[in-house]
Amino acid sequence: MMQLYIRPDYEVIRNEARCIACRICERQCANEVHSFDPETGLMRSDESKCVNCHRCVSLCPTHALKIVKTDDTYRENANWEAQTIHEVYRQANTGGVLLSSMGNPKPYPVFWDKLLINASQVTNPPIDPLREPMETQLYLGKRTVKAEREENGLLKDTLPPQLKLSVPILFSAMSYGSISYNAHESLARAAEALGTYYNTGEGGLHKDFYKYGKNTIVQVASGRFGVHKEYLETAAAIEIKMGQGAKPGIGGHLPGGKISEDVSKTRMIPQGVDAISPAPHHDIYSIEDLKQLVDSLKEATEYKKPIIVKIAAVHNAAAIASGIARSGADIIAIDGFRGGTGAAPTRIRDNVGIPIEMALAQIDTRLREEGIRDNVSILVGGSVRSSADVVKAIALGADACYIGTAALLALGCHLCRSCHTGKCNWGIATQRPDLVKRLNPDLGYERLVNLVSAWKHEIEEMMGGMGINSLEALRGNRLMLRGIGLTDTELRLLGVRYAGDSL
Amino acid sequence: MKIYANGMHYAALNAAVRQSKEDTEIFGCVGQRYLGAGLEDRKIVIHGTPGNALGAYLNGAELTVDGNVQEATGDTMNGGVIEVHGSAGDATGYAMRGGKIFIEGDVGYRCGIHMKAYLSHRPAIVIGGRAGSFLGEYQAGGTLIVLGGHTEHKPIVGNFCGTGMHGGEILLRCDALDAALPAQVKAERIQGPGSEEAVSLVKEWCARFGKDETPYLTATYYRLTPNAENPYRQMYTPN
Repeated sequence: MMQLYIRPDYEVIRNEARCIACRICERQCANEVHSFDPETGLMRSDESKCVNCHRCVSLCPTHALKIVKTDDTYRENANWEAQTIHEVYRQANTGGVLLSSMGNPKPYPVFWDKLLINASQVTNPPIDPLREPMETQLYLGKRTVKAEREENGLLKDTLPPQLKLSVPILFSAMSYGSISYNAHESLARAAEALGTYYNTGEGGLHKDFYKYGKNTIVQVASGRFGVHKEYLETAAAIEIKMGQGAKPGIGGHLPGGKISEDVSKTRMIPQGVDAISPAPHHDIYSIEDLKQLVDSLKEATEYKKPIIVKIAAVHNAAAIASGIARSGADIIAIDGFRGGTGAAPTRIRDNVGIPIEMALAQIDTRLREEGIRDNVSILVGGSVRSSADVVKAIALGADACYIGTAALLALGCHLCRSCHTGKCNWGIATQRPDLVKRLNPDLGYERLVNLVSAWKHEIEEMMGGMGINSLEALRGNRLMLRGIGLTDTELRLLGVRYAGDSL
Repeated sequence: MKIYANGMHYAALNAAVRQSKEDTEIFGCVGQRYLGAGLEDRKIVIHGTPGNALGAYLNGAELTVDGNVQEATGDTMNGGVIEVHGSAGDATGYAMRGGKIFIEGDVGYRCGIHMKAYLSHRPAIVIGGRAGSFLGEYQAGGTLIVLGGHTEHKPIVGNFCGTGMHGGEILLRCDALDAALPAQVKAERIQGPGSEEAVSLVKEWCARFGKDETPYLTATYYRLTPNAENPYRQMYTPN
């Protein structure tokens, strides 16, 4: 069959005056872009293999390398851009479904960037977080319980199980399989050090990480990989995965090639055989069915663990969340359409779902209107990129945020969006032992702690600026937000006023 | 220990079962759900009709029911035995990884969906009668046996048997395969249940329900297995 040449998107530019032919780039590149030519004594590069992960650029001791966007161009066409043309060529070459990774890169509006945060002046003065206590600790779980008393008048403890966090940030679900052992270890240790949680994703929990159970959220997805009594009991909370922001409405598929011996043990499936998570849970066709899974997990763990239900942000998210809030779940996690993934069909990733900002605002409003907001806590992710996004999310109604992509960036990810190839040069989205060892968990965990600690300081600064000294007082406080560059409809859906619209 | 379950809420009944820490007999069960969820090392006999998700996450306990069971029996079961002297509803043995389920009668839709095996975990479901549609959908391991002991003149399995199957085996005791099979599944006609493991499962089913082994061990079976371990390998193009 005719294979049409697809020109590379990037060029590897090597400054020959700086290059000392040390061949580090060659050894570092799992994509085999670089090679040494013994005849000329010079390094060569095959840019058709380059994914622009910047591993070589970062490690070149003489800074001789840079990766630039190619200026080779097709006849310019605003409708048929090079990427669009390439996708057609790829599919005509292979007949395959286009597969991509990480979050939706398309230029959809980012509503976080169209929201501005308030600050106090004169009255209700700002608070200096360096001098005065700021409460960033919070609890996630169901709050609506009847107060009951013992015969002697003392209050009975009827509060359902809660998750205690010292910062409103958790690490979102990433399975062992999609990311490496060392990446998981980094996340687990960081969660412990920070007083928060990481999430196993649907790939089971490695035996070595049971010791971080107090800071672990385990996932139960349609494939039920690695789900058993001990797994459920070890965790601090259990998350039922109904959907994922990067690929709403479709299941997961870990190719057999990525199922190494260790991944196989963790997922409790044979090595080398595809791991397929079907799109639906085949026992859930209604909120009543969902309630059944929630209740069965509660029974199996003797009502000691909060149950999270995670859904992708989709068009009717508010109505779905209303159902979940009545299903007995303690926490709802919502994942926006810019959330990351280890692999998703390109068309799904780029075209399905809605922005997390809209879904969150609508869900919080709906649950308040129905008087069931305190039945559940709300967790949001996909994508939360900074402490400012966290503050805006909480003001829109979230209890806390999941971060995934930001955490991977802290571990060295350069967002080349090639996780699906399994050849991550940064040792994150790979199972190849030689690549995995490039990520040192001692350093990885420190970097995650640095990131979240820095965000925590910034959150305290912004809260202090608003004259707010606890997260409780910020949650759902949409008067602390103003919109900029938004239409009336967008303002209405977000429930915020336009910048300059004074009370 | 004996528990009289009439009118008890499932949470109270389950708590009583958990606390008893010994073999338990439940009388007058009327639809209480999640009985035996996650239990290990004990025998529970249930008189009456338990509700959905009987033995979910079961981890070694042995449950016997002297009647029918409802939906999602043995959901995500990891070990142990569920023996049903009657028929079972939909999604029996969903995502089961270990242990055995023996059903004297029929099962509903989606039985053994996403069943998987792992090392010593070799899950099995043996069904005395017929199975509904979607039997063994996405099956990734383990053994499903349908013995076809029924007098209705209906096919032994419904539609879409083994769709998406990529591991394990399905054995259907019948002389002719009248169900259309999906592309991922291949069928071979054999005399007797085949492997030693399958023979011992059929024998165990006969012993548990007091049936004569001979017609079950000598009959014709169709053995269904997946065409490939990686059915979707060719589906994607890196972008």
